[in-house]
Amino acid sequence: MPIEAKDIEALIRAAFPKARISVQGDDGQHFAAEVVDESFKGMNRVQQQRAVYASLKGKMDGPNGALHALALTTRAPD
Amino acid sequence: MTAADQIRETITKNDVVLYMKGTKMMPQCGFSSRVAGVLNYMGVEFADVNVLADAEIRQGIKDFSDWPTIPQLYVKGEFVGGCDIVTEMTLSGELDALFDQNGISYSKEAADRIREANKG
Repeated sequence: MPIEAKDIEALIRAAFPKARISVQGDDGQHFAAEVVDESFKGMNRVQQQRAVYASLKGKMDGPNGALHALALTTRAPD
Repeated sequence: MTAADQIRETITKNDVVLYMKGTKMMPQCGFSSRVAGVLNYMGVEFADVNVLADAEIRQGIKDFSDWPTIPQLYVKGEFVGGCDIVTEMTLSGELDALFDQNGISYSKEAADRIREANKG
């Protein structure tokens, strides 16, 4: 089942209510997301992106996962 | 041997390991291809594990790393990241530093050429 950028944003938003989030992509499968959140301070990139993946609740998983490709950029605000 | 044991053995025996779709000579996914391409271009010696050839490893590495996507890069037994992180680290020079710290040989000139070509 295809997924839309706003669905991805909503999932991330639920886990990071105060983050600056931008999600791009309109083919239903390939997206690029940038998430900037205070909670990332002191975390390395792996920890930051694990947290974002966790918010997507398995949508990334498996050959039938709705989300085939999500290019992720994460950082704490400057 | 469980998948986790197998993974532990592979990342212990090899300084640099890339879990990927396809092989370093014939990647079968653009993201795997990008990371393998960077390592090949930088002249890094690495072991490639084709997750498409083994369903247990394919799921096993995701569980092991707590990371849902492929490719996954390991250096000296430590998970470094997936395609986005490796790309960022290549462009920022952090990947060079990681290799320096761990005594992994690579071509600094090739790394500089990648950065030169991706200036923007």
